[in-house]
Amino acid sequence: MSSAETETTETEDAPAKDEARDEVLALIKARLGDAVVGEHLIPGVDLWVRVSVAEWGAAARHLSEAGFTFFDYLCAVDWSLSPWGKSEEAVATPVAMPADPKDLEHGTTGGETRFQVLARVYSPQRKIGVHLKCDVPDDSLTVPTWTDTYLGADWHERETWEMYGVRFAGHPNLRNLYLPGDFEGHPGRKDFPLLARHVKPWPGLVDVEAMPGEPEEEEGATTDGEAEA
Amino acid sequence: MAAPVTERQHGYISSTLAEARVNLEIETEGMTLNIGPQHPATHGTLRIVVKLDGEQIVSADPAPGYMHRGYEKLCEVRTYPQVNTLVNRLDWLSSFSNEVPFILAAEQLMGIEAPPRAQYIRTIFHELGRIANITLFLGEMGLQLGAMTALFYAFRDREHVLNLMEAVTGGRFHPNYDRIGGLKDDLPKGWIEETKAAMKKIRDFCDEMEGLVMGNEIFNARTRGIGVIPQHIALSYGLTGANARASGVDLDLRRDDKDIAMAWKHADFKVWTHPDGDSFARYWVRLQETRESTYIVDQLLDGLPSGPIMAKVPRIIKVPAGEAYVETENPLGWMGYYLVSKGDLGPFRCKIRTASFNNISVVPWVCKGVYVPDIVTILASLYFILGDIDR
Repeated sequence: MSSAETETTETEDAPAKDEARDEVLALIKARLGDAVVGEHLIPGVDLWVRVSVAEWGAAARHLSEAGFTFFDYLCAVDWSLSPWGKSEEAVATPVAMPADPKDLEHGTTGGETRFQVLARVYSPQRKIGVHLKCDVPDDSLTVPTWTDTYLGADWHERETWEMYGVRFAGHPNLRNLYLPGDFEGHPGRKDFPLLARHVKPWPGLVDVEAMPGEPEEEEGATTDGEAEA
Repeated sequence: MAAPVTERQHGYISSTLAEARVNLEIETEGMTLNIGPQHPATHGTLRIVVKLDGEQIVSADPAPGYMHRGYEKLCEVRTYPQVNTLVNRLDWLSSFSNEVPFILAAEQLMGIEAPPRAQYIRTIFHELGRIANITLFLGEMGLQLGAMTALFYAFRDREHVLNLMEAVTGGRFHPNYDRIGGLKDDLPKGWIEETKAAMKKIRDFCDEMEGLVMGNEIFNARTRGIGVIPQHIALSYGLTGANARASGVDLDLRRDDKDIAMAWKHADFKVWTHPDGDSFARYWVRLQETRESTYIVDQLLDGLPSGPIMAKVPRIIKVPAGEAYVETENPLGWMGYYLVSKGDLGPFRCKIRTASFNNISVVPWVCKGVYVPDIVTILASLYFILGDIDR
């Protein structure tokens, strides 16, 4: 019933080279051409590809045809900074926010907009997953839907819509999933206040004080942890 | 003269009545039924809005969110060790398993790896979580179909595994045992022997369930052919775990993800699949998996290396900037964490990909056209934990 032992290793163990993912990247580039605007491959770990927003829907179709039939998840990232700082100190320090979203610090594969949509698909034959990203235009906040390719994108897009306010053009039923229908605002965004933190700041640094009887340590110094426990 | 007329009249009246009865049966009005949020079959507070035509379901629309806690937002204002406590509460029946992918993602960003002994113990606890979780399912599905006894047996034997966890971590449900770089404590003396004895008991329990539940004629009648999910639908909806394997999808990250820093690669085990895709297949696959898990635990206990359980990590954990995504094969299916770090004490963004979310999103598809009692079967066999959907 199962082929547990028959599968041979497809992903190479050599850290410098990852033929299987190289092949996938070449395949995506061949199919999408200029739509690939960014790529990031960590051998043996993961592959990230950023596509242009116009080709976001087409990218799903191409990957599905190329054997990436398993839909893993879809979400959005708000790259802007929270106006209340990092919530790491008792008194919040205001954060200087770049005026232009292009100046925000984006993750792997770069980016130019405040929001990015991120999705992962998986190939059951290759046993490899690919992350796809695309910039969400700052003015329209709309990207094409994936629901016509992957049925499972339905709920993920609804969640992304209510939490980040990113619209999915062509989604058949884009309404709130978790939140009540008349909820105002998009709680996932960085500028949506987490009221619990405003009422009572988190004493976040208490538990990293030096242990009794131990000399005060430099931040970042290494210890043996509890290796001898 | 009167008698025949009366008879004719009676005949007429009874025939119209009969016709009316037939019409009553055929012409039905649509009806909306709310199953939940407090229905026992919804294991918590999942609400399903069902549109009925007679006994048949026209559409079923799950409405989650009654327990949404906003974990993704909360993670952004906590340090990494604090997030670890938080994610315990996602899938509360196998809390340790939730910690593992999160810790692995943070370790990947920091470029460290837990020592071999820690990897082994992590894997053993991951499997113990699976056993504790699925054992309850095996009994509970019986309960939902009217077999009360199975549930009590499940609670009885699940206790063995919970006791083992308590002995090591001090917590029966929320161990908070995993640490970036290793584990909190080592195993206590005598634990290995006790675990092996408990695994034997779990195997006996599986045998018991095989006869008691799977051999039951009513159970068979109510699950075979009910809620069939074809393979391509399972893939398209992103179904994982036993739900996918019951539809013939031969995917198991324990076997397929060879780069992950866990000890599954040192164990020899079989990935069970079933071609049918119905509720019975899902029960069957989970039962085989539980048994397989006990063998994995036995093998790993035999091969348990000695050495430290903690890598060298700074006391104040700051994760270098970067993005990482790690997913593991959890009891309910794939669970992954997409972590974005900007070099701070806490994550910048933490997307939690939970198994139940995808597994339950298939409900509108699979419930179309089934009958009302089948909804309970389908929900029970898809097996979700509400904390895992709502996050």
